[in-house]
Amino acid sequence: MGYMFNGAEAEHDEEGYLTDLGQWTPELALLIAQAENLEMTDERWEVVNFLRDYYEEYQVAPAIRVLTKALSKSMGPEKGNSEYLYELFPYGPAKQACKIAGLPKPTGCI
Amino acid sequence: MLHIVNKSPFQTSTLQSCLDHALAGDAILLIEDGVYAAIRGSAVAAAVTEAKGKVTFHALGPDIAARGIAPEKLIDGVTSVDYGGFVDLVAEHQTNQAWL
Amino acid sequence: MADVRRFLYINRKAPYGTIYALESLEVVLIGAAFEQDVSLAFLDDGVFQLAKGQDTSGIGMKGFSAIYRALGDYGVTKLYVETDSLATRGLTLDDLQAITFEDENDGYTEKPSIIPVNKAEMAKVMAEQDVVLSF
Repeated sequence: MGYMFNGAEAEHDEEGYLTDLGQWTPELALLIAQAENLEMTDERWEVVNFLRDYYEEYQVAPAIRVLTKALSKSMGPEKGNSEYLYELFPYGPAKQACKIAGLPKPTGCI
Repeated sequence: MLHIVNKSPFQTSTLQSCLDHALAGDAILLIEDGVYAAIRGSAVAAAVTEAKGKVTFHALGPDIAARGIAPEKLIDGVTSVDYGGFVDLVAEHQTNQAWL
Repeated sequence: MADVRRFLYINRKAPYGTIYALESLEVVLIGAAFEQDVSLAFLDDGVFQLAKGQDTSGIGMKGFSAIYRALGDYGVTKLYVETDSLATRGLTLDDLQAITFEDENDGYTEKPSIIPVNKAEMAKVMAEQDVVLSF
């Protein structure tokens, strides 16, 4: 299973998470988002980029509670709450956004 | 004889048993959690230092780096080898024994 | 909250030779969602988990030492480290990575999460718990 991309295949697991984080590019993110029926607006990119930065620093995708707390601190309470995040990522922010960000499925994810 | 030790010396008696059975001229290669035996100043450092008189000590570099052991923390005389060096050690000795 | 219990995760294994250390971390991260009073204990070879400068690029395994620094975000802010175990292994507190948390009750001041204890103090920490999980 994989995303066909630039004539090559980026492998993913049965739920659509990239098998090799190293293959992620912003263009591939657009493709994964498309598979999730999501258009990559600036707001969605903001969350995806935040997740990538967090993973880069801590080697773990944050749980939703941690994500909202951290977003609230860096971008304000109007963005750091689960309603806002579920609006952007209806099937679960940590889950869908992490998938688009090329990260593994978060531990204890919602 | 090349002896290969892959267990932490603080968790099992594997290293001590190896030291008790190694003969003069043998080589001991520390890999995986076995590399913890190479840390200077630990409770097993004296045993390693004493054994250096009769055997040579080697430790696998990638395992040392993975565990965050800085090169200056290694006991003097313990040489760090890469995977190529691992193969060389095996090739240089007629027999090798893994102390699992 | 009336029903907060004291959980202690005991870590006694080195990080990469066995899967215990990583498994413990994953359980801690999942368990953090239940908002209990969580502490971690590091003793015996478990103190090696917190060594700084771990670079696993040469052994084909995912390094996970950075995850300990995220524990504060999960509300896990008490990491008891037994100093006797460090000394036995030729280590001092300086050989451990810095782990901090932001104290919400104190203007988000950054505070150290690592609490050095000797053997007797560790025994007391263990005795104070409602639930003990061993790895």
